[in-house]
Amino acid sequence: MLHTFVALVEDKPGVLTRVASLFRRLNINITSLTVGNTENDGVSRMTIVAEAAEDRAHRMMASLYKLENVLEVDDVGRHSAVIRELALLKVECDAKNRADLFQLAEVFHARIVDLAPESLMMEITGSASKIEGLVQILVQAGYRILEMARTGRMAMRRGRHTSRVLAALSDTSSTGSSSSPPQKPANLTADQKQSGNWSAEQNRS
Amino acid sequence: MSNSSNPRSSDPAIGSQPTRLTGAETLWATLVGEGVRDVFGYPGGAILPAYDALRKFPIRHILVRHEQGAAHMADGYARASGRVGVAVATSGPGATNLVTGIATAMLDSIPIVCITGQVSSKVLGTDAFQEVDITGITLPVTKHNYLVSRTEDLAPALREAFRVAQSGRPGPVLVDITKDAQQNSALFDFAGAAPAAYRPHPMLRADSASMRAALELLRTAKRPVLLAGHGILHSRALDQVRTLAERAQIPVACTLLGLTAFPASHPLNLGMMGMHGESWVNHAIQQADLLIACGMRFDDRVTGTLATYAPKAKKIHIEIDPAEINKNVPIDVALIGDLKEILETLLPLVSERDGSEWLHAISTMKGSAAVRDIQQLPDNGHLYAAHVMHDLWRETHGDAIVVTDVGQHQMWEAQYYKHEKPRSLITSGGLGTMGFALPAAIGAKVACPDREVWVVAGDGGFQMTSPELATIAQEKLKINIAIVNNGYLGMVRQWQEFFYEKNYESTPLLSPDFVKLADAHGIPGAHVTQRSQVVSTVQTAREHKGAFLIDFHVEQEDSVYPMIPSGAALHEMIRRPPENRLVETANES
Repeated sequence: MLHTFVALVEDKPGVLTRVASLFRRLNINITSLTVGNTENDGVSRMTIVAEAAEDRAHRMMASLYKLENVLEVDDVGRHSAVIRELALLKVECDAKNRADLFQLAEVFHARIVDLAPESLMMEITGSASKIEGLVQILVQAGYRILEMARTGRMAMRRGRHTSRVLAALSDTSSTGSSSSPPQKPANLTADQKQSGNWSAEQNRS
Repeated sequence: MSNSSNPRSSDPAIGSQPTRLTGAETLWATLVGEGVRDVFGYPGGAILPAYDALRKFPIRHILVRHEQGAAHMADGYARASGRVGVAVATSGPGATNLVTGIATAMLDSIPIVCITGQVSSKVLGTDAFQEVDITGITLPVTKHNYLVSRTEDLAPALREAFRVAQSGRPGPVLVDITKDAQQNSALFDFAGAAPAAYRPHPMLRADSASMRAALELLRTAKRPVLLAGHGILHSRALDQVRTLAERAQIPVACTLLGLTAFPASHPLNLGMMGMHGESWVNHAIQQADLLIACGMRFDDRVTGTLATYAPKAKKIHIEIDPAEINKNVPIDVALIGDLKEILETLLPLVSERDGSEWLHAISTMKGSAAVRDIQQLPDNGHLYAAHVMHDLWRETHGDAIVVTDVGQHQMWEAQYYKHEKPRSLITSGGLGTMGFALPAAIGAKVACPDREVWVVAGDGGFQMTSPELATIAQEKLKINIAIVNNGYLGMVRQWQEFFYEKNYESTPLLSPDFVKLADAHGIPGAHVTQRSQVVSTVQTAREHKGAFLIDFHVEQEDSVYPMIPSGAALHEMIRRPPENRLVETANES
């Protein structure tokens, strides 16, 4: 099955290698990986999508946590979450069939972001299936896709839920120490330790 | 750890006031502050600035003969003492030579810190002379590693390295320091470089529901077995484990690395489990209705085939690394966290229990094999490795630190040397690194100079790192060396005998005269070919002031029994052929 993890990691050289190496060691192919800044300086957010057996999720998560640079891991596939991907598509077209493509774009809520004499570029945001739907329609209608770039998935849990790591980081930054490098939150209380969404009993397959 | 916070304030370089130091001085000052007294290393171009500054600091440097030895020595030092071992090497080949030793420490969760020199930051990535990407190379075999290219980053990186090496599940950490970071200066502030507080693994979980479930399983179990692993030593939970076993009358089976976590002579100690474990131990596990795994990871060498492993048993797994839970064996109750803390919470709720029926059933399985006093057996003219181990155990009163290599002699040692003291068996379990014993013994002796240290190595493994004899001679270390010499790569030969129709391809081994080799290093030695010579020669070695080497010429084609072939179930053992029961380790149950 397809697993989607969100990992908050320290923004340092070599962290990507450590994360990627872990999946390499488990012989798991990474379907997509997006990395970007977060609302906190020094913290990057990775969304990792990987194909692996259902019972591997726990090991992947536990192994990610073993990396010193990883602050928090969330298996968002187990929760209600907004999952989005962005794609840019360069399609061959001329003045004759341009109008047809504009219509298609409208149906898929895609935007035309570049127009050239022999091609145009569409930007589409949405779930993977929506993007794949547009691609399929284009191909079936006989259009030639010159280039396609996809970001891979980004995910965020729905609702008020916020990582307690991020919450702790926000608290320290609001008290004026935002210039200091992020510290791993030190004193998780017993309650916090146990409030994780994972348990050995739940995880037995 | 006790020594991680207080720098020796008497040392001028690490006083309370921040001072300007070179990176090289910062390195040693930080190590002194972390409580390091001994390091094992080998100098070279990229680490020379550090070596130039070494004389200013109260640190003993032991010059090794090969960097692999330095890593194994740091490892042996850590295993014997529980303190962090430190190895130092230069860039390039110096660093790559450490890798086998680092991987050995990784697989057995040993806290060591390896310091390597690196080419200057200006030429990083240019294939400069002796440049190698050692942080890249060691990424999968270290718990964490650092590339430090600025002097001001050095003290914080080193202090964090010591914290990482010791916290949670321990492991090796490598700090790669560019030459310019050693040469430049920066303000040194030991206290200010303290790492962020240890962040417990967020998946640690020992909640009251799991505790209650564990207690309920303990209460209702009829045939429980406690599996004692290396984690008991790491967590310093020996007393707690012992109390649990005694109060609930639970028999204890040990992993190879857990052998010294429970006294061998304790009536509840069954012995070693697994591939070469005692038959009654493996049978007890297969018949158990509850396994309480303490700080062990259900390695394939202790489970046999997983499909038939302990089929009737519920499993409680107390373990600090969440990635180990349900990895090999499905667990019923996982208590994830520090073993000592968990047991201290659990123990007040554990009530006394009568285990006599189950204990009696196990001792019936043992039969007369449990007595196994081969001392009393008649001398038939053959010298068996089992005799050597047994007599060595008797003569040293089970009190020595025994450092073994990897192979048949390692298993015979585990079967016949009865360890009473924690950390008194040092052996490469997870990686199975041949050549480990001699350097690791040097580390153990440096860590514990007052303890009697014995190397037990095969003729094959000994030759992998035998140049470290020169280190022993140079450092004037009193280390006794027992070579179990059977003229073969014995364990491989055994597998060829059992599984490859005695096709002894590339296992017969021509060795130098080890006694002459020792003599060339100024170390006296003796050959032993008869059973009757074992005790007196061991006595000679013990009484000799300096190092002593004994070359035991043992039966050439002897095998370790019982043996579970890989892929077989835990109770499907290969037994010693009946005509040769002299050193059988156990009876058929």
